[in-house]
Amino acid sequence: MTVLDKLLAPGRPRVLLGFALAAVLLLAVAPVVLSPFRLGLLGKFLCLAMVAVGIGLAWGRGGLLTLGQGVYFGLGAYIMAMHLKLADAGPDGVPDFMLLYGTGEVPAWWEPMRSPGLALLLIVLVPAALAGLLGWAVFTRRVRGAYFAILSQALAAAFAILLIGQQQTTGGTNGLNGFRGFFGYDLSDPANQRMLYLIAAVVLLVMVAVVRQLTVSRFGELLVAVRDGEDRVRFLGYDPAAVKTVAYVVAAVMAAIGGALFVPIVGIISPADVGVVPSIGFLIGVAIGGRASLLGPVLGSIAVSWAQTSISEQFPSGWIYFQGALFIGVVAFLPGGLASLATRRRRRATSDDDGPDDPAARPAPQPAPEGSTP
Amino acid sequence: MDILSQLFAGLSLGSVLLLAALGLALTFGQMGVINMAHGEFMMAGAYTAFVVQGVVSGAGVSLLVALPLGFVVGGLLGLLLEATLIHRMYARPLDTLLVTWGVALVLQQVARDVFGAPNVDVSAPTWLSGAVEIGGLALPRTRLFILGLAVACVVALTLLLRATPLGRRIRAVVQNRDLAESSGISSRTTDRITFFLGSGLAGIAGVALTLLGSVGPTLGTSYIVDAFLVVVAGGIGQIKGTVVAALSLGMMQAFFEYSTTASVAKVLVFVAVVAFLQVRPQGLVSARTRSLA
Repeated sequence: MTVLDKLLAPGRPRVLLGFALAAVLLLAVAPVVLSPFRLGLLGKFLCLAMVAVGIGLAWGRGGLLTLGQGVYFGLGAYIMAMHLKLADAGPDGVPDFMLLYGTGEVPAWWEPMRSPGLALLLIVLVPAALAGLLGWAVFTRRVRGAYFAILSQALAAAFAILLIGQQQTTGGTNGLNGFRGFFGYDLSDPANQRMLYLIAAVVLLVMVAVVRQLTVSRFGELLVAVRDGEDRVRFLGYDPAAVKTVAYVVAAVMAAIGGALFVPIVGIISPADVGVVPSIGFLIGVAIGGRASLLGPVLGSIAVSWAQTSISEQFPSGWIYFQGALFIGVVAFLPGGLASLATRRRRRATSDDDGPDDPAARPAPQPAPEGSTP
Repeated sequence: MDILSQLFAGLSLGSVLLLAALGLALTFGQMGVINMAHGEFMMAGAYTAFVVQGVVSGAGVSLLVALPLGFVVGGLLGLLLEATLIHRMYARPLDTLLVTWGVALVLQQVARDVFGAPNVDVSAPTWLSGAVEIGGLALPRTRLFILGLAVACVVALTLLLRATPLGRRIRAVVQNRDLAESSGISSRTTDRITFFLGSGLAGIAGVALTLLGSVGPTLGTSYIVDAFLVVVAGGIGQIKGTVVAALSLGMMQAFFEYSTTASVAKVLVFVAVVAFLQVRPQGLVSARTRSLA
């Protein structure tokens, strides 16, 4: 069945309706009513929401608390940025910052990014390979729960430090910026900026559809089953490590695509966007919206980005307090996020013979960490 | 001689890591709580040293006052955190990570608002200035002091856990919470005391860090990831594992740094830990339990 068939399947009119509404709002309404500046801002939020969609799958459905999505976001973004830099420099040209800091020669590992097609391919392949490698290495050895979270966080820390350390080839703390063109289009033209926004909106909608398709499939059921009782899934003859790795790779690829679109829309990528702090920051929108719901991560992420922009404009230090309070409040007192409020009310409305609600839409019961008493 | 100075650099780095990770290993091991605010408790300890320096004249005395005071400040912060938030969430260990991250953000901003964003300096006492010369090798006194402090903390904690009734209770709760409870041990009280001890150790680590550099609101963030890596590599529930892991990671970092650069060394240490977990997924030493998996 195609994605469209699934979406049109009977019994799910609400999902289709919500999806159609989101599509109309994003594609038709926003470009008309928003100023170019606000539209660019929304485009940036959509890129960050793509990371959230992936986290929703890996964490919400699969129980994989990944604290290092900044790595994959950063890989996608840096590969795109390298391509744009090389394209700006022209054939056989050298990006400006390399003349400034370094040897004035393009390092060998930059060369593949000269080709637009290869660059686009690498944006997907490099993060997928890294996530596959790390995921496979830890999941087959049954490293899980908190251990996995900590390893993914350490990866983010190492990645950011590596980027800062290699100033001649990655721009160091300043990152890569000052892009002029995007695959032959002039980035300073508002029409092209609008086109970029539309690309981001379509990509985000496709990602949501893909995650929906995945979660209603057999794979989605297995993923939730692995989250709720990994050993039982293993006893039934499935390989939980493979299921988890696939979810982790999909999340990584989504983050990378978000990063790749972030670069031309925002115009800069630096280690400050990919380290430990932003990596954990990606989680808060997902937690608020409802980690185990379909649209929760997207809406939560966009709402948090919007709140961050408007609050930190007014009170620079206020945002940090607000973000901290959100982490504490939502996770401690409303672990299912805002989406669980809706589910709870619906269940109360039909309380007499409440059939089993969708177990996949509840946040995970968490196993005790390795070594402690069950 | 060169290899010896590398060895000392690694040992010194390892002792700093050990101080940072010791308290973390205690709270993580006992309660499964992933306390991301541990780094900010270290920061609180460091700022305690800064405040004490302003009150007590004479850097020599102020350090000796700051150490126990840092322990108390860190411990009380931990106790407060446990009593208000953590105790609701023992069934959800992964969520404690996010909640304590929120606490960490708030504490950092509080430090920024109270002490200002720029770093402040704590002057080291005169008896720690200079270096000890051993066989042509200059060992900075501050680094030796931190090494000694780490050893003292490990010894004290080991004695506490091995030789006191409180330690016996803590170990009982780690090994089997339900059985301990049914033998008349209050796991609530034990949890609180453990959290106080673990967070207090973070405070001591923070005071020690003021000897190595200036103090800023993000002091904790720079150590927390490494400290967690030590705990993961060391395995849960045993001090032994934490000690060995901290020293090994410190050594590795120092040697990789010598042959490459600091940033590449960080990546190599991370790869080494992941590779090590292939061999021992439970970490170096792990408490024996009857849990599945």
